[in-house]
Amino acid sequence: MKKNFLSIERLTQTFPDGAGGTLTVFENASFGIDKGEFVCILGHSGCGKSTIMNVLAGLSEPTSGVVKMDGVAVSGPSLDRGVVFQNYSLLPWLSALKNVTFGIKARYRNWSRDKVIEHATRYLAMVGLEGDVIHRKPSQLSGGMRQRVSIARAFANQPKLLLLDEPFGALDALTRGTIQEELLKVWSQTEQTVFMITHDIDEAILLADRILLMTNGPFARVAESVEITIPRPRVRTDIVTHPNYYAIRNHLVQFLGKRSKELAGQRSDGESQSPDPVRIDLTEPAPEPEPDLVRAQLKAVNS
Amino acid sequence: MQSLSLNKRAAILSVVLLAVFLGAWEISVTRQVIGEALTEYEILMGLGQQRAAVPPPSDVFIKAWEQLSDPFYDAGPNDKGIGIQLAYSIYRVLSGFGLAVLVALPLGFLIGMSPVAYKALNPFIQVLRPISPLAWMPLALFIIQDANASAVFVIFICSIWPMLLNTAFGVAGVRADWVNVARTHELGSLRTALTVILPAAAPTILTGMRISIGIAWLVIVAAEMLVGGTGIGYYVWNEWNNLDLTSVIFSILMIGVVGMLLDAFFAALQRAVTYAE
Repeated sequence: MKKNFLSIERLTQTFPDGAGGTLTVFENASFGIDKGEFVCILGHSGCGKSTIMNVLAGLSEPTSGVVKMDGVAVSGPSLDRGVVFQNYSLLPWLSALKNVTFGIKARYRNWSRDKVIEHATRYLAMVGLEGDVIHRKPSQLSGGMRQRVSIARAFANQPKLLLLDEPFGALDALTRGTIQEELLKVWSQTEQTVFMITHDIDEAILLADRILLMTNGPFARVAESVEITIPRPRVRTDIVTHPNYYAIRNHLVQFLGKRSKELAGQRSDGESQSPDPVRIDLTEPAPEPEPDLVRAQLKAVNS
Repeated sequence: MQSLSLNKRAAILSVVLLAVFLGAWEISVTRQVIGEALTEYEILMGLGQQRAAVPPPSDVFIKAWEQLSDPFYDAGPNDKGIGIQLAYSIYRVLSGFGLAVLVALPLGFLIGMSPVAYKALNPFIQVLRPISPLAWMPLALFIIQDANASAVFVIFICSIWPMLLNTAFGVAGVRADWVNVARTHELGSLRTALTVILPAAAPTILTGMRISIGIAWLVIVAAEMLVGGTGIGYYVWNEWNNLDLTSVIFSILMIGVVGMLLDAFFAALQRAVTYAE
């Protein structure tokens, strides 16, 4: 097995179930992420996505198993792993700019004041925040702007791994679309490794190189790793016409709608549980039966 | 008619209420009925003498004018200007309050951040908190052996509790997300406390300080009546012993004004650290 930049090895998380026993969220989960890769994880609520995220961020300890980054086991939170929280987690008494410089000052302690501000302003501009807006307090910003600040704070720190915990969950669809594009833009400029939780299938297809699919808990597992065979740069309006789009989307819908339940509750029996790689690419073979297939899949999505 | 703004109407009403109150007071105390000729017996019994009465507001104004035009004169231990007396009281309140801040803030942080410390210290706090600060006075006088320091101690002990509890409450209530932000940025305990927890809890802490300074100002008057010597509390009691009710009323007003200013100061501080989520 080749060495990944980030490898999660036999991660197990159990909680007391309140009745004297234990509740196993997931068991012996193993997967890897390559450097520069954008990976999304999809799964139903309660399957342990956020638990995995918290372990990767170092905010909580797994019951057993290790997370290795560059071959070194990590423990505790670190500046090498930046986090964008769902509820933005901006400090409300600081302006947007100060929230970003707060992070930069923690990361680069010997930078001069001017350099810190210049760096922060550049990253805020990358997510479309310029001018007076950056001197406003979070309470004076819209939800979308707050999440932009939060993303700028995380990217400005140039962590080795960026963790996004449903960053667009609380935003309306239009704002979400704009910020997704900004996120893609920043990501392509910085070549960050990103691990992101989402509930939104289309968002995952737009953003990710690979989507990890989780089965329902308890005993959830990362069952599949679906490669997104749509070339970059991706634009929302263009990718929906790509032949692979609905094929992949259909696969994901089928998994989340049916197979995530069917595969639920399977114990690992001590085996390391790695996801099965899935590659759907209709452009590789002769694209003859394609129109029919796409239509059939459209029907499946609509049903 | 052009309708006046809410503030203007309120101000006019305030002035009218004040005028009515002062007018009624003035009339009720100056309209002393001069009785008919007294019998010799009545004169002998002193009934003809004017009875000591509550002074009218006009006398209080004159007194206030005299005192405030020369607030810092010092003509011996029993005759000092109102400014000097108030300065003594404020000095004692601020010293006691300052000491309380030095103890309450670190201790409040400890209690707020550590459940063990909270559980261990809570019984002591619950027993000590309801004790009237003046009940400490005899013990303080015996142990400290100094009237002035005892008054400061009484202020210290009465202003510590609201600050301690509010600090602990504010620190314990800091959102876990913000603490996680500090953790993911690898901030040490001290930096987390100063750059995240302190600003997050500051509005609650300032609320505690504001309550404390209010209580301290209430208590200093009573404490100074007991310890004597200087201060606005002593001044009130001394003027009562001199049967100078005009001065008593005047000093009561001054206590109110200074208390209001102290509160306004902390209210301004509170506004400065308050943030909207």
